[in-house]
Amino acid sequence: MEEKTFTVTSADGVHARPATVLVQNAGQFESDINLHYKEKAVNLKSIMGIMSLGIPSGVEVKITAEGKDEQEAISKLADTMKNEGLGE
Amino acid sequence: MTQLQGIAASSGIAMAKVYHLEAPDLSYTTTDIDQPEEEVKRLHAALDISKSELEKIKAHTKESLGDEHAEIFSAHLLVLNDPELIQPIEDKIKSENVNAEAALDETANMFIDMFKNMDNEYMRERAADIHDVTKRVLAHLLNVTFPDPALIDEEVIIVAEDLTPSDTAQLNKDFVKGFTTDIGGRTSHSAIMARSLEIPAVVGTKDITSKAEKDAFIIVDGINGDVLLNPTEEQIGTYQEKQNEFERKKQEWAKLKDEPTVTSEGRHVELAANIGTPEDIEGVLNNGGEGVGLYRTEFLYMGKKQLPTEQEQFDAYKSVLEQMNDRAVVVRTLDIGGDKELDYLDLPNELNPFLGFRAIRICLERDDIFRTQLRALLRASVYGNLKIMFPMIATLEEFREAKAILEEEKTALRNEGQNVSDSIEVGMMVEIPASAVLAKQFAKEVDFFSIGTNDLIQYTMAADRMNEQVSYLYQPYHPAILNLINTVIEASHAEGKWTGMCGEMAGDSIAIPILLGLGLDEFSMSATSILPARTQIKALSQEEMASYKDTILSMGTSDQVVDFVKEKTDQAL
Repeated sequence: MEEKTFTVTSADGVHARPATVLVQNAGQFESDINLHYKEKAVNLKSIMGIMSLGIPSGVEVKITAEGKDEQEAISKLADTMKNEGLGE
Repeated sequence: MTQLQGIAASSGIAMAKVYHLEAPDLSYTTTDIDQPEEEVKRLHAALDISKSELEKIKAHTKESLGDEHAEIFSAHLLVLNDPELIQPIEDKIKSENVNAEAALDETANMFIDMFKNMDNEYMRERAADIHDVTKRVLAHLLNVTFPDPALIDEEVIIVAEDLTPSDTAQLNKDFVKGFTTDIGGRTSHSAIMARSLEIPAVVGTKDITSKAEKDAFIIVDGINGDVLLNPTEEQIGTYQEKQNEFERKKQEWAKLKDEPTVTSEGRHVELAANIGTPEDIEGVLNNGGEGVGLYRTEFLYMGKKQLPTEQEQFDAYKSVLEQMNDRAVVVRTLDIGGDKELDYLDLPNELNPFLGFRAIRICLERDDIFRTQLRALLRASVYGNLKIMFPMIATLEEFREAKAILEEEKTALRNEGQNVSDSIEVGMMVEIPASAVLAKQFAKEVDFFSIGTNDLIQYTMAADRMNEQVSYLYQPYHPAILNLINTVIEASHAEGKWTGMCGEMAGDSIAIPILLGLGLDEFSMSATSILPARTQIKALSQEEMASYKDTILSMGTSDQVVDFVKEKTDQAL
């Protein structure tokens, strides 16, 4: 399993358009991909799951991936987080 | 004939016959099923056909309205691809042996309720998205035809309770002449789409769907917000004239889009736009705005849980400056308080908020907030023609203190190696009578004035603009107001400075000739008022208007002023 931790830098937290892009990108991978925030984990391929977490700015989140393409998935999603201004 | 009053959502006149865009009957009965696997297959077949329809709508929207409007359908498609939505539906079918209709509807409703209850407007809108897409899937499960406005092939006016984004996106302008709805407001999605499509629309008529019979003749007046059902021959004639007049005006306005604003003797005044977000610039440019006369930065702070970061503000300011491409952009620093609250700032409740802790008064006290904004502005200054103004300045000390903080941040940024423009003009809003009266002294220290009429009127007349009982005192043309405006303009010109005006008054057809005569340099208004104002100014002589100045300023009442201006400028009495 691969994982990476991010600090959310986007002032709006994780929602709106950048979250859509994140979900679209996660959907391209076979691995099971989850987003962890506080005690909760949701499927990163689910737009409703992501938005239901209501992740604010400034907190730590973790993305985990498990499966054949877990490494590519984490590296692609780290790029997405950065490019969409969500976090680093 | 029946007449209804609604909200004018998109201007223009349309007349044609009624076409009811009815929500299909999506009622179903919950039934027990024997073969859950078959039922799951049925669900997926309905999902697939819905997705392919949405792909088509998305492509169509992208072509007719652009990427931004098509974006919503990407979100819709994601919902239909969402494993957290689809899996529970499948589970429900299998574990409870219920039909797909019931499983879909109940699961979707659970999510809709969840999003509806979130204290975030963006999330609440997502509830509407989920509703919109699941209806489509449900229709396919029930084999009910989902209304398809794209199939309309004769001239009609659409009558509906409300229009969903997918309905609006499919409207074919060649046949759909206009629409009218029971619910909605000027900023609802369908209203915004109508303005992009430039089809006349009246929303919020409350009961047009029940009053309009199929195929009845109907007139939609998107200028005044009227809807006429079964009009008389005479009314049809009147509205045809009104329609021709509107089209003629529109063509005339469009011709002036890329022209400078000049009076009949060729004197130039600047017509600028008031904006709230970087997205508003498109409208400014489409309407021929020569600059931004008021960028209300409050929207960066509102609807959030915490203050916007320096970087976030920098991005917004940079975007506006770059899009305006060296045309002037006047940014007003944070104007919060009064009727605009920020929950996260925990401002005290006041008995007289408009006379209380607001705008520059908050910024000077909480200079941490102020400094962050100024740093973002200064860093963005190298990307265009930035001018900064402070709101609600009452005393010279306030202006000096605000300017000193700005200078401190400028020095600090330069010491950090950041580039900051050398030519940023620093001005102030004139909203408080005290600063208007003392304009001569202020003019020595500011680079420009911008008169905020809404507040200047309420403070001068001592009348709360929210209080209907004293609304008769809200008199923009009152000689007291005009004399204050004149004092400010004269004071600025004596020092070689300029005066602008941002507020409803700057785009008003009665006020424009007066302000032109007083020598106002810049008029800032909503983007859609710019071309009509340019048309009006083209026909006015600045010299002639200036010759009426003393007469107008010595009048005693607002009515006198209005009658005089109407007479001199041939406007209907």
